Amino acid sequence: MMTNTGQRVTQGQFSFLPALTDAQITKQIEYALGKNYAVGIEYTDDPHPRNTYWEMYGNPMFDLKDPAGILMEINACRKTFPNHYIRVTAFDSTQGVESVRMSFIVNRPKDEPGFRIVRTEGAGRQMHYSIESYAVQDRSEGTRY
Amino acid sequence: MDAAHPAIAGAPAGSNAPVAPRALFESSGVKALLDKLDAELIGLAPVKGRIRDVAALLLIDKLRAEQGLQSTPPSLHMSFTGNPGTGKTTVAMRMAEVLKQLGYVRKGHLVAVTRDDLVGQFIGHTAPKTKEVLKRAMGGVLFIDEAYYLYRPENERDYGQEAIEILLQVMENQRDDLVVILAGYKDRMDTFFGSNPGMASRIAHHIDFPDYSQAELMQIAQLMLGGLNYRFDADAEGAFAKYVHLRRAQPHFANARSIRNALDRIRLRHATRLFGSNEALSREQLTTLQAEDILASRVFGERSKEATHEH
Repeated sequence: MMTNTGQRVTQGQFSFLPALTDAQITKQIEYALGKNYAVGIEYTDDPHPRNTYWEMYGNPMFDLKDPAGILMEINACRKTFPNHYIRVTAFDSTQGVESVRMSFIVNRPKDEPGFRIVRTEGAGRQMHYSIESYAVQDRSEGTRY
Repeated sequence: MDAAHPAIAGAPAGSNAPVAPRALFESSGVKALLDKLDAELIGLAPVKGRIRDVAALLLIDKLRAEQGLQSTPPSLHMSFTGNPGTGKTTVAMRMAEVLKQLGYVRKGHLVAVTRDDLVGQFIGHTAPKTKEVLKRAMGGVLFIDEAYYLYRPENERDYGQEAIEILLQVMENQRDDLVVILAGYKDRMDTFFGSNPGMASRIAHHIDFPDYSQAELMQIAQLMLGGLNYRFDADAEGAFAKYVHLRRAQPHFANARSIRNALDRIRLRHATRLFGSNEALSREQLTTLQAEDILASRVFGERSKEATHEH
């Protein structure tokens, strides 16, 4: 039994929950700011799970004290890229950690067609498997969703 | 975001006995806050009056909320006008603290900017610059010094108007996220507001900072000296009173700032006087400023009206 039949990309935190409301996003950002994480906003239209580096929307916001400013940026990003995946990341710069601590998706395209398995036959009929997004296939950026 | 003010503790919600405002005033810590303000800021009656009004509204709002009545936070954008050295920047910093303690702003930090921080140098530069500043100021107070420089109607390539537009939009739409305080000289601020009715209508509180009186300046001097661990002896106090009286009559008097400069020069003379001493200095000597440290000032010698330097 599959909990996720492939329609809804489940990358990052809270991805199995229904979409977070603005109030809930504010609470998460409040938590991140309280821990002195640098909050950044990223977007992409390539949902492949190995796509780690999304496009950055502006610089990470190191010096903000209040989530309202970050929410302003998120809404601006949603207006600019309404049909892209947008996520909020929180980077912890303490020595020894220096990595992303939180990352959750705040905007999804209206239609998420999911992934298909690509089967490649190798030498001696050996099968190699990988996945490909229906939305991407051979379309260029910006024309996928 | 809800409009409640959670920062003030008072009668617990749902208690049956209605609390009298005076009791709530004392129990919620607002009285202590206002008393502290009274002690640390000399004079400034219009400012203290306004802060008292805001605190009173907060308390009454609490009582209204207990009765189930509507209580939306008031618009808190302000404009401070007055001569140099009258405490506009100092009060703006305190205002951020006070509003945070009253619960009207969330984080209570102050971001102080001038025109340069808001206006860009080329097309397309202004909007991101202003938005960055606004983002940093969210949850606190944005203090714009010399706000009238934003508007330069005679230069059509000036991007100040764009910054004003963005400010106006955020001041209106995100009133519970940000408090904006503009400051500057009265006549130029009046011109600025006259040509920007949108800005004028969004500023709910226009507060004028009057010049300090002789007595207030003496009190400020005592406060400053106390903070620096100095004191005047009896003669020095009299001499300083005379100094202030003479200096006020001379041009370019900058109120509290001139007092601070004068005290710095007095400290220099005090140091020079003690510098050549062959014996170890006592604590008494190190902290006491004497009349001769003050009377050496040129203010006592020259009565010339052309004197433009502080001395």
